[in-house]
Amino acid sequence: MREIHDIHGGIHPPERKTLSRPGELRDATLPARLVLPLRQHLGVPAKAIVEVGDAVLGGQVLAQAQGVMSVPVHAPTSGTISAIESRPIAHASGLEDTCIVLETDGADESIRCEGIPEWQTIAPSLLVERIREAGIAGMGGAGFPTAVKLNPGATKPIDTLMINGTECEPYITADDTLMQCQADALVEGAKILAYVVGAERVVIGIEDNKPAAISRVTAAVQNAGADIEVASFPTKYPSGGEKQFIEILTGQQVPSGGIPADIGLVCVNPGTAVAAKEAIVDGKPLTHRIVTLTGEALGKPGNVTACIGTPIAHLLGDASLSAEERQRIIHGGPMMGFAVSDLDAPITKITNCLLAPTARELPPPAPAKPCIRCGHCAEACPASLLPQQLYWYARAKDHEQLSEHRLLDCIECGACAYVCPSQIPLVQYYRAAKGQMRDSEQEKRRSDNSRERFEARQTRLEAEALAKEAKRAARKAAAQEKAAQDGVDPIQAAIERAQARKIEQGETP
Amino acid sequence: MIAALTEQPLLIALLALLSLGGIFGALLGFAAVRFRVEGNPISEQINALLPQTQCGQCGYPGCRPYSEAITAGDAINKCPPGGEETIQALADLLDVEPQPLDAEHGTEKAPVVAWIREAECIGCTKCIQACPVDAILGAAKVMHTVIADECTGCDLCLDPCPVDCIDLIPRKEGIAFWHWNLPTEEAIPSNIIASDTRTRDAA
Amino acid sequence: MSLLRVTSPHVSGQHQVSAVMRDVLFATLPGIIILTWFFGPGTLINILLGALVALITEYAVTALRGQNPRIAVSDLSILVTSTLLCIALPPYAPWWLIVLGVIMAVLLGKHVFGGLGYNPFNPAMVGYVVLLISFPVQMSSWATPRGLAEVPGLLDTLRHLFLPDTIDGVTAATPLDLLRQNTGLLFKDLIASRPELTGWGGVGWFEVNLAFLAGGAWLLYRRIFTWHAPLAMLAALGLCALIGYDGGSSESGGSALFHLFSGATMFAAFFIITDPVSSAVSNKGRLIFGALIGLLIYLIRTLGNYPDAVAFAVLILNFCAPFIDHYTQPAVYGTRSND
Repeated sequence: MREIHDIHGGIHPPERKTLSRPGELRDATLPARLVLPLRQHLGVPAKAIVEVGDAVLGGQVLAQAQGVMSVPVHAPTSGTISAIESRPIAHASGLEDTCIVLETDGADESIRCEGIPEWQTIAPSLLVERIREAGIAGMGGAGFPTAVKLNPGATKPIDTLMINGTECEPYITADDTLMQCQADALVEGAKILAYVVGAERVVIGIEDNKPAAISRVTAAVQNAGADIEVASFPTKYPSGGEKQFIEILTGQQVPSGGIPADIGLVCVNPGTAVAAKEAIVDGKPLTHRIVTLTGEALGKPGNVTACIGTPIAHLLGDASLSAEERQRIIHGGPMMGFAVSDLDAPITKITNCLLAPTARELPPPAPAKPCIRCGHCAEACPASLLPQQLYWYARAKDHEQLSEHRLLDCIECGACAYVCPSQIPLVQYYRAAKGQMRDSEQEKRRSDNSRERFEARQTRLEAEALAKEAKRAARKAAAQEKAAQDGVDPIQAAIERAQARKIEQGETP
Repeated sequence: MIAALTEQPLLIALLALLSLGGIFGALLGFAAVRFRVEGNPISEQINALLPQTQCGQCGYPGCRPYSEAITAGDAINKCPPGGEETIQALADLLDVEPQPLDAEHGTEKAPVVAWIREAECIGCTKCIQACPVDAILGAAKVMHTVIADECTGCDLCLDPCPVDCIDLIPRKEGIAFWHWNLPTEEAIPSNIIASDTRTRDAA
Repeated sequence: MSLLRVTSPHVSGQHQVSAVMRDVLFATLPGIIILTWFFGPGTLINILLGALVALITEYAVTALRGQNPRIAVSDLSILVTSTLLCIALPPYAPWWLIVLGVIMAVLLGKHVFGGLGYNPFNPAMVGYVVLLISFPVQMSSWATPRGLAEVPGLLDTLRHLFLPDTIDGVTAATPLDLLRQNTGLLFKDLIASRPELTGWGGVGWFEVNLAFLAGGAWLLYRRIFTWHAPLAMLAALGLCALIGYDGGSSESGGSALFHLFSGATMFAAFFIITDPVSSAVSNKGRLIFGALIGLLIYLIRTLGNYPDAVAFAVLILNFCAPFIDHYTQPAVYGTRSND
């Protein structure tokens, strides 16, 4: 049995998971139109390779990856491309981004998919390529290109693959449902990923508030005869953060500024593992995902398998959303999700939940009071930071002190803001401060670069001017020397020659 | 004599303080000479804080002349591309009060880069010669183009262009550059953004 | 439909500052009841008077500052300040002492620095020290405890408060006073000779300290503050007293139990040094904060000029809190080695 450790801090918000009936999975209805952003992952957006008017089939590549930190986009179903333009997307900023708009034709025809059932015989690097081509990005919410994560390089050998089945945020049950309904695919996916990264050990970690998932996954592991450990641990938010998950199951901490591969670990969401299995064994690209639709404003909450690119309004309509004034729709969970500004925005590869609360369920935030320095935030912080000090320094825009107090190690889980008696929106301060620090550093790099170029240019111009001057002086010196040698002034001679020519020409009619 | 002195407490106190002052003064003087550190002259540090656009809006022909002017006592609020952040950084460095940007020298605008409309470019190289950071690629009678990563948005290339084919476009637009803002200092009640963001922008 | 855009998290534990303050006020009740039982209704009347003055002053000041006075007063923090100050003041002090002390605490202790959350010093202690230094006579009019004399009734209390010239002042020495004034008796003999010193901390004072200990334990249970500061202070004070107790000679500073259960020790440990605004931020810092306060209290009680040293010790350590904070930052995740 694996020793379970504890993380510093953490909170126990009301779970509210039964509302969305985990373990029951239904298909979402097909919308009339799918909107596929070119950027659904961390890194460079993909580049569209289809044009307006093209007819496409399900599974067809619509946009190619641009470089290593990029992921392609596939058509979830058959239809026609009606536009490639800027559209509202689900993002905290409310801004727009380039999307491919696909009018579905209802026929749901797909291209032929060729899987590799005997993947154990294929070189791991080829399997990684397959995973990249299938458009798989981390489905837990960060959207890190999976092919890059599976390839940390020869300097970082991996000994353990960890599947993060924690799902610690309240309300969300997408991973729970996936582990109950697709446990066999999960186990196969885990085996494939372990083979790809060369891991000797595989651990699937699940919080103890999901007993059905634990038993289903354990049974699937036994059925497959796989050497995979299923570990359960006490429920606490935010145990599901990658760094906290690693600390709980291994007792080790990911070095600050580093990645889990630095300590020989790779951590993957269960949805990503199932997507990897489908990509390798069934040859299917990532086109659908499980989304939890929950909140008391929905008549039919639950978990649905939806096409990526489905407009949020369509899914909420499927779940019988009752419209109410001043209502938030939250993309993600109540602790780390953001409110969506336009319901026409589509779900993407990283959408794990849509939360539609009533005003009574999630009341609007109370006005913030001054900080009373009670220190509850520091007790709750899973990264052992001092949120209070970070708050003061963020207000003062003191970037130096923010770095010293390790603002960049904040995982933005929101535990500090949850416990604050003064209801201060602490996480917003940290996000704003991080953005400002990033901007400042970028500007500083640019201006240092510009200064160097300017100074280089000045030096070059001066050198050119000097060279010109030197040449002119050399020519003059040479001319004077020649004059001294021959006893003839070359300039005078040239003038006389010109005059002579003029007279000659003048006399000839 | 010591006996006589001890009867004059005021004199003793005075002598004690004077000699202490003398000893410590000598120590400090010695340390100032023996442990002297050659630091950066202040105008180098000021130059490192300026945005290096070399645009001349401050009234000086470039950032270094302005940094030298500041060392000589000029105001710190003359740089529009640097904006409030640069004024604050200069105020912190020089330990003076930050002032709002001097409107006479321009206003703070969003960062921009130059962009040549290639269909109209005639290949005259005038803009290449004007660019202080060599950010324009090209040669005589050959297409010119701005290297966006190197362009500082100083707009010195706009005037020399005989066909006026250079635009200044915003550099930092889009999702990749967005971040949350600090909450406003008043309490933070719910911000209704309304689904009419587009109508508000259009209005 | 119009939508709200707010930052995550979208749920909160719904903790409120006013709830914390209410809990603290409840926790002082046992102590106040025992004080009233042993020394008469003086403290209770003072608390009521002080609360009234505090509310009026804070309302006026926040209105003058341009804030919303009703919201500022509604967090009850000023009631806690005035209650703690009035518990510390002598029960039969004249009314103007109370009024002046509370006004000083509100103005000089809190609003001059910016209001709730901005004061570097404990406001109740600021008010107490201002009074102690300005009016040393009135600040020493403690009463004789029940059992050794009649405790004043309600009418007499009001007369002490508002018409101090019409009634004989009450000035009895506290056990700490007696210890300080002792010049020749062995500790054992001192206790035997003065009836006020019966019991571990003196008549009445022992029970008062127990009551505040109970209140503090309840606050710990409610997780209003952590155990680090109170435990460090009591441990340090007890340890110093143990070390300094040379068997009970006439020079001794008093036994450890005496120090722990006399004077304002328990009150300070659980109500004064745990004020979050003016104390250290991290738990490690709170240990050091509490320990140094305990040490200072012992030193000032035995070597200094004042019988009870809590106020001065607390203010001195409030000065030091930012320094302590700087050197006791916790090890952030990812900074420790994994070996």
